[in-house]
Amino acid sequence: MALFLEFVIAGLLCIGLFAILGLVLVLMERKVSAYMQIRLGPNRVGPKGALQTLADTLKLLSKEGLTPRGADRFLFNLAPFVAMIGTMLLLAPIPFAKGFQLWDINIGVLYISAVSSLAVISILLAGWASNNKYSLLGAMRSGAQIVSYELSAGLSIIAIVVLTGSLSISDIIASQADGWWIFKGHLPVWIAFVTFIIAVTAETNRAPFDLAEAESELTAGFHTEYSGMKFALFFLAEYINIFIVCAIGAILFFGGWMPFHIGNWEGFNRIMDYIPSSVWFFGKTFFLIFVIMWFRWTFPRLRIDQLLNLEWKYLLPISMVNVLLITLVAILGWHF
Amino acid sequence: MLEEIGKTEEGDLIINIGPQHPSTHGVLHLVITLNGETVKKVEPHLGYIHRSIEKMSESLSYRQFIYATSRMDYLSSHINNHGCALCVEQGLEVEIPERAQVIRVLMGELTRIASHVLWWGALAMDVGAITPFFHAFRERELLNDLMEETCGARLTMNYMVPGGVMFDLHPNFQRRVHEFISMFKSKIGEYDELVTNNAIFINRMKGVGYISREDAISYGCSGPVARASGVSCDIRKLYPYDIYGKVQLEEVLDDGGDCYARYIVRMKEMQQSLSVIEQLIDNIPSGDHMAKTKAVLKLPKGEYYSRVETARGEFGVYIVSEGKMTPYRIKYRSPGFSNLSAIDHMARGQKIGDLVAIMGSLDLVIPDIDR
Repeated sequence: MALFLEFVIAGLLCIGLFAILGLVLVLMERKVSAYMQIRLGPNRVGPKGALQTLADTLKLLSKEGLTPRGADRFLFNLAPFVAMIGTMLLLAPIPFAKGFQLWDINIGVLYISAVSSLAVISILLAGWASNNKYSLLGAMRSGAQIVSYELSAGLSIIAIVVLTGSLSISDIIASQADGWWIFKGHLPVWIAFVTFIIAVTAETNRAPFDLAEAESELTAGFHTEYSGMKFALFFLAEYINIFIVCAIGAILFFGGWMPFHIGNWEGFNRIMDYIPSSVWFFGKTFFLIFVIMWFRWTFPRLRIDQLLNLEWKYLLPISMVNVLLITLVAILGWHF
Repeated sequence: MLEEIGKTEEGDLIINIGPQHPSTHGVLHLVITLNGETVKKVEPHLGYIHRSIEKMSESLSYRQFIYATSRMDYLSSHINNHGCALCVEQGLEVEIPERAQVIRVLMGELTRIASHVLWWGALAMDVGAITPFFHAFRERELLNDLMEETCGARLTMNYMVPGGVMFDLHPNFQRRVHEFISMFKSKIGEYDELVTNNAIFINRMKGVGYISREDAISYGCSGPVARASGVSCDIRKLYPYDIYGKVQLEEVLDDGGDCYARYIVRMKEMQQSLSVIEQLIDNIPSGDHMAKTKAVLKLPKGEYYSRVETARGEFGVYIVSEGKMTPYRIKYRSPGFSNLSAIDHMARGQKIGDLVAIMGSLDLVIPDIDR
């Protein structure tokens, strides 16, 4: 009974976090884009527009969720839930603060890479079941894209796994107590980090790799036919996905909740320890989220063949060589 | 080409782009045949915004019909009005005061900049960058404001009339144009940083939508589209009207023939327009802003043709007069129509993303194509 209660509470907290993160991230995106586009952004609902996304959510809740004629009803309605469930599963092994982790699984990194591949299934389902040509094109694009970019994302994660010697997320964070990998790992870790950021931007279908939606080409791509809350679930899942990949980036390269420590400077390290670990975690994560939003509002979109060229001709070979380099660094102990 | 219409092969996917689509900037309807992501054929369908402006003009007087042309290429409304005014003046054989000529050219060049700035933002949006659109509107807003002061309108200007311009310039005009020039000069470098020199943008534009010099001529392309293929066709240079013959103006030519060349040509044209404005703004002659014309205009029996260079290319006005108060027949040669006709030639064998970039680089204004 107690175990069951624990599951229920954890599940509710997960859903709560899911909703709050969605609200915050959508507002953040709109404010960041407004800042870059010389606009004010939402500023009417609540103080400085803080409640705008809440109002939007209420609007979406009250809208009719249409299922187009000729669509595969079951798959069409299933797809948004697959997207959301896949994303929620990813929240489990993420440590939000020191000792605050839902599930400390010993193969955390592997679990994350595996579950994040589920996203492509929901997109393919949505595109196929919509019975719409734009949706189908978007889904097929996204299938090719996510499957390709997972390779580079995986290889750059492996780089850190090689250095740490563990797949467990808590071990990876613990290994960064004397400095984050981005500082300790020399150039190879930087290469892994840049590859990681590019690959996860593509994996989450964000501009400049938003070919699955490609507003100016495919109107809305795979979610063209979705409306109301079903659309909102896709939308939420996209933003939570961004949060999760940025959290993973922060964990692997910036030490997750680990404060900024320099070698054996006792005093300095102790001052840094005074800042709560949750602040460190969310600060790093939101910095990476800002970078990904920065991409979106600055760059034009790539074409589908250029996108695949970038992965198969540049990123993948670079990250393969990089894994060798990292292994060399790890074996010879060149890192700090 | 006619026999190909409606023909499909196994594996073809036919998609309607438009009439309601984010990248057609209006109600253009393209029926595209796809093989995977590759475009096999593009068929533009027109008629969604046909208002029969030419037929309507037959029952309007020579003063009235000009106003309808503001609604054709609404981004070059000054220049459309200019072309019609020139055609009527040709029939009336009136001498236009030099002040009116200078004002017309100034307004025309400001319109060209406003139109190109909007095109720049829209093209960037077509290839997926949304921010430039807002930056473009910042500059366009200044131009709209200063035109509003003089003409009272921001889009459909109706400022140029047979014999000159409708009102004299607003006293603030010169000061505000100077403000605009200094502002625009400081911002145009930003344009290059944000878009022109962006590696993704260059990759999306270079080698896409190629059209050779010969094909550009045979499709009747004009304006920046033709000049990007090396066709010298700037009406302001070849058949100078008003005071264009007296100002320093370089025709911008490029022999790339692709979307990037069209992009570069328009970017350089903005600089050229700016230089024309700088030459004229401090040298506006004093005098009348309008020649004396009769209350009711009647063109002598005959046929009249005049042409001007709008932001999109050659705009021709052809009037047949029977000597009455209204024209017997009117025909407009709009640049967008001929430029659009080349889209199938440009887009074949390219990807869908390229088709959108090509549409953007043609700078289509649908009411101009479909009068």
